[in-house]
Amino acid sequence: MAEMDTSGGGGHKKGPGVKKSKKLSTRVDLTPMVDLGFLLITFFIFTTTMSQPTAMKLNLPKDTDKPEEQNKVKESGVLTLMLGKNDQVYYYEGTLAPDASNFKSSNFKEIRNEILTKKKSTDPKDFVVVIKPDKDCTYKNVVDMLDEMLINDVKRYATVEISDVEYQLIQRTEGVTK
Amino acid sequence: MPKVKVARKSTSIDMTAMCDVAFLLLSFFILTTKFKPSEALAVVTPNSVSAKAAPENDVVLITIDKAGKVYLSVSDKNTNEKREIIKAISDAKSLNLSEAQIKAFTRSSSYVGVPFAQLPGLLSTPVDDLKKIKMDGIPVTDSANNQLVDWLHAAATAFAGRKMELLVKGDNDSKYPSFQGVLNAFKRNDLLKFMMVTNPEGVPKGSELEKANRDKPAVAK
Repeated sequence: MAEMDTSGGGGHKKGPGVKKSKKLSTRVDLTPMVDLGFLLITFFIFTTTMSQPTAMKLNLPKDTDKPEEQNKVKESGVLTLMLGKNDQVYYYEGTLAPDASNFKSSNFKEIRNEILTKKKSTDPKDFVVVIKPDKDCTYKNVVDMLDEMLINDVKRYATVEISDVEYQLIQRTEGVTK
Repeated sequence: MPKVKVARKSTSIDMTAMCDVAFLLLSFFILTTKFKPSEALAVVTPNSVSAKAAPENDVVLITIDKAGKVYLSVSDKNTNEKREIIKAISDAKSLNLSEAQIKAFTRSSSYVGVPFAQLPGLLSTPVDDLKKIKMDGIPVTDSANNQLVDWLHAAATAFAGRKMELLVKGDNDSKYPSFQGVLNAFKRNDLLKFMMVTNPEGVPKGSELEKANRDKPAVAK
């Protein structure tokens, strides 16, 4: 394909005593060089994109840490989400019933629907999501849940410590399903 | 048999031009590639739809690795603040750090991941040996001995008046107690606004956020 012609033109006069020189082909096939060139280009194209620093940030609002914020909200407008181990999510609406009848379990994919249904059925100023991570959940779970808040445009949410009762409930549910 | 024979022209194309363009492109990309600074702490951060860029200056970065160990570092440009921080810690904990150890902390890309007792030792290790030593992380899980509180207090004082960005960079698999310890340290220092470093992720289709973004014109970053 690519060639460099370095034969330099033939037709030198034959001097005396010079044997008949065999004209060897000096054509160099440069196809592999161009292949390498393209390989290097694609490599650098891809690495340039990847070297962008992890440039996103998840901003936690100030009201995360103010406990007085939660008291002013109607209990019926509250959706509590608990994060357990192995990416499990448990939730209940309002307050936890003594017999735990409203304690439900879900996972990260379905929780979005739950949040949306609850959001649609509640007055915007009463709708609060309380996130309670337990000690077995991972950082990824917490960030994903906070991400869900952004995705679903939840204006008020808070991260709170999980209570013993709820933790027991999670343990029991996980013990049953294991 | 047609009488007119089409003269056969040569079909070989001279590829020199294409070669030239290829090498020009290559040189362009070689010169514009910025390699990520080799991180001493490998952390896989989670994804997020948040579209704000992480700040690079005036940053106090708290890294939580896979095992839940907590490390603290300050952005390289803030050498003065770094100096004040390490001096404050040295005074508060009676560590009597020497000038060489203070210099070790103000060095660029330095980070601390040890309890105060081991801090002088850490700051005395030469740069080349740093990668080999195993750090246990700043203790945060025990609320009685949450050393991050002291570090953050020193940082807040050093940055007094100026804007200090708090960045948390956690690994996906780190368990919640470490993160909770970090959050408690923030609360005890009254630092309520902080950011978490994430990888960018596309907004899911049909979600509320996507609709909100469509209705709102683009906000300048």
